[in-house]
Amino acid sequence: MSDPVPITINVNGRERAAAVEARLLLVHFLRENLNLTGTHVGCDTSQCGACTVLLDGRSAKSCTVFAVQADGAEVQTIEGLAGGDGLHPLQDGFWEEHGLQCGYCTPGMIMSAANLLQDNPAPSEAEIREGISGNLCRCTGYQHIVNAIQHAAERMARA
Amino acid sequence: MTSADGPVLPKLIGERVKRREDPRLIQGQATYVDDIKLPGMLHLAFKRSDIAHGVIRAIDTSEAAAMEGVELVITGAELAERLGPMPIGTPFPAPDHYSVATDKVRYVGEPVAVVVAADRYVARDAADAIMVDYEELPAVVDPEAAMEAGSATLHDGFARNIAVESYWGGTGVNPETAQPEDDSAVDAAFAEADVVVSQRMLNQRLAPNAMEPRGVVAQYEAGREYLTVWSATQNPHILRTLVAGMMGLGEHQVRAVAPEVGGGFGCKINIYGEEYAAAALSRLVGAPVKWIEDRTEAFLTTTHGRDLLGYVDLAAKRDGTILGLKARIIADIGAYEVLLTAMIPTLTGLMMNGVYRIPVVRHELTEVFTNKTPTDAYRGAGRPEGLYFLERAVDMLARELDMDPAEVRRRNFIPADEFPFATQGGLVYDSGDYEPCLDKALELADWRGLLAERDAARAEGRIVGVGLSFYVEVCGLGPSAVVPTGGWEHSGVTVERGGKVTATTGASPHGQGNETTFAQMLADHFSIPLEDITILHGDTSVVKQGIGTFGSRSQAVGGAALISAAGKAGDKMKQFAAALMTDQEVSPEDLVFENGRIQVEGAPEVSKTFAEVADFAYVPVPLPPGMEPGVSEESFFEPENNTYPFGCHISMVEMDRDTGETKLLKMIAVDDCGNVINPLIVEGQVHGGLAQGIGQAMFEEVVYDEDGQPVTASFMDYVMPRAADLPAFTLDKTVTPTPVNPLGAKGVGEAGTIGSTPCVVNAAVDALAPFGVSHIDMPLRPERVWRLIQENGGQS
Repeated sequence: MSDPVPITINVNGRERAAAVEARLLLVHFLRENLNLTGTHVGCDTSQCGACTVLLDGRSAKSCTVFAVQADGAEVQTIEGLAGGDGLHPLQDGFWEEHGLQCGYCTPGMIMSAANLLQDNPAPSEAEIREGISGNLCRCTGYQHIVNAIQHAAERMARA
Repeated sequence: MTSADGPVLPKLIGERVKRREDPRLIQGQATYVDDIKLPGMLHLAFKRSDIAHGVIRAIDTSEAAAMEGVELVITGAELAERLGPMPIGTPFPAPDHYSVATDKVRYVGEPVAVVVAADRYVARDAADAIMVDYEELPAVVDPEAAMEAGSATLHDGFARNIAVESYWGGTGVNPETAQPEDDSAVDAAFAEADVVVSQRMLNQRLAPNAMEPRGVVAQYEAGREYLTVWSATQNPHILRTLVAGMMGLGEHQVRAVAPEVGGGFGCKINIYGEEYAAAALSRLVGAPVKWIEDRTEAFLTTTHGRDLLGYVDLAAKRDGTILGLKARIIADIGAYEVLLTAMIPTLTGLMMNGVYRIPVVRHELTEVFTNKTPTDAYRGAGRPEGLYFLERAVDMLARELDMDPAEVRRRNFIPADEFPFATQGGLVYDSGDYEPCLDKALELADWRGLLAERDAARAEGRIVGVGLSFYVEVCGLGPSAVVPTGGWEHSGVTVERGGKVTATTGASPHGQGNETTFAQMLADHFSIPLEDITILHGDTSVVKQGIGTFGSRSQAVGGAALISAAGKAGDKMKQFAAALMTDQEVSPEDLVFENGRIQVEGAPEVSKTFAEVADFAYVPVPLPPGMEPGVSEESFFEPENNTYPFGCHISMVEMDRDTGETKLLKMIAVDDCGNVINPLIVEGQVHGGLAQGIGQAMFEEVVYDEDGQPVTASFMDYVMPRAADLPAFTLDKTVTPTPVNPLGAKGVGEAGTIGSTPCVVNAAVDALAPFGVSHIDMPLRPERVWRLIQENGGQS
């Protein structure tokens, strides 16, 4: 086992310093070290997107990033998305449009959608479907997720 | 809107109420099994077989045991001294099956040893360091070859690898003797038929793939001889019963908890070896232990679904009237029978009557062991397979007769006035009205227009097809006579001080939204706000009894239990209310719940608030004669029959001539699940079901090579439907309530999965028909489609 490596990651606006094993995955750093269990692990091979977070503002699958690779970076997770009181428009959209059932893929799906709406604030249905194709959902058939993201995009456009 | 005393509460049953589960889920605040941390908790990792079939000669655990942070390494043979063979839930004969293999391995992924270590990384390192010496045996992979005399066998006492054989036929089963009636009638029907269509069809093996893998935390507290097990399960009460039995404990010494559960789809019904092993190892090492499955382990060890080979013959008259059906079904059940394995394929034949009057049926079923992961329930569980075989055969009949597929079906429908309808297999369909559902689907899809669109596309040289299916399924499992665990459900309803309500249900959800729909029902029942109600589930120390969530039973059985308990609690509230109104000479029978009050019907001025009656119930001075204080009632609901929802699905596909890729252009579904509590949630269930059924038709398949090595062990190899693969679905419904429960609700969890699969394959065959294709096996892999096109020179 290698010596622990000191890292500092800004997570949801807060500097978090730790000494971690070099092989520790970012998702496990978030979940085990910081108790931010909203980010889930669904596949370990970056196919399902349940572990999606924003890494320096871009969506990243935290099961395939080592914590040491995120040293000095900013990470945003589902717990930090709303950034204060109330819900982020995406969270609100998922609630309003029944964009989730078991909820396991939901945090990663919402973080991917956040990245999508940053790049394309008014996506078409086809663009939304393409934009979330890195994330698997087994419950919803995606239709209500598409509606949820459209709902959020419309609300954010009005804001 | 307000009344004199406050707002009028809207009725919530039938409304699109937003889910009460969602705030915690969308903010990352839910607690799934992997989110649970206990002081001193250790982690398990399983060493698994990397060969399909072999004898364990030796296991060297020395290197693993010496690693820093490793608490214990134990082999299957050592663990078997503490844990006997695992129980199953069916009456069929089954070979011994240990939590961890003892002397022989029978599928890739079967555990052979377990590590207990301080953290999960160390546990995995140590598992990798365990050396196993195997004497390899020939792998049994093809279920038909497995039954031949020269095949290797998996289990002593199961010659030719046959686990279960059953046969019934003729004009039906004699209910007195449970034996087939006159079987010669089947041969006679086929002899007099104008047409017979025959097809071998594979309903391929699938991986359920709930997004949350399985996981378990077990904590045995020696000082109080008490075990707590948290598990990603669909049925914590069944878990409690079975773990208690395996651990030599009583049910009073075990608490099972299903915390937030990230999807089930049938694969979290079974109680697995890892759950028993975790319980035993927590007791052995004196610490709580956790095991979380990774995705590859899920592909290798979580039960698979389907994998039925069907030889189907359908006989009919020239006018399309069906005369008889023969089905010979071979189920590849994998290496062992787990909880419901052997029962699932029996549902296939039972449901092959479909929505039709079929005078005679012959059904043969053989369940076969192979060196693959065991099968069990997967969304639909036996019914999708049966309806796929039937709806493909009916479609072939329509093509053979050059009839419209809708008209062939219409001609053979069980008429609405023949319900309840007894099928050849001995089922009694509760209610049905199929023609309006077919008509609605044809209208919604613009069936004629769709055919014209297809023909126009073909004229342009495109490869386009349309397909239709009509299904009926069996839901609301129970009754107890047919469900080995008991087919009832339990609910408790407590009216708390202040007039708030806490209710429990044994129908432990994992995405179905019971916290919302059950609260809607209670809000209407007591005429109180939704916010005043909490629905609890999933913890056997809170929910006294229960069976669980599977077989689309939450509403039809669990909801019925809730309403029954609410009825008892309501009666008691009315008695207390009447006692508070003695000066007005009010009888409990005169009272109704209305806008947060208990009032004389039609006389709101004679009333008490729900809250003040509740407060009185807990400080009843004076206590009304013959009454006990408090309001906390419970109910077991035993359904007298199953429910039989049905529906019609229509789809349109296009295939790429050069790549063979299939694109689903349209999917229309008209489902009838009886009365609907929450249309938003029902739509979500249908959408998800459609996606899974389409996934089977188009993308998904668990593949093994000739050595029994799984080829599909990650999401890189196993194709799951993604958002861009699917069109927006068009839904509608008809409503034919069931008389089986007071809600009139039939269940909807599996419907979409059942109708969509044959619907899409029927569309694919329609697209390929100009190339001389009469059948294509699933999934619609581009290579397979491309070859069929090329075999005809690429010309239609």
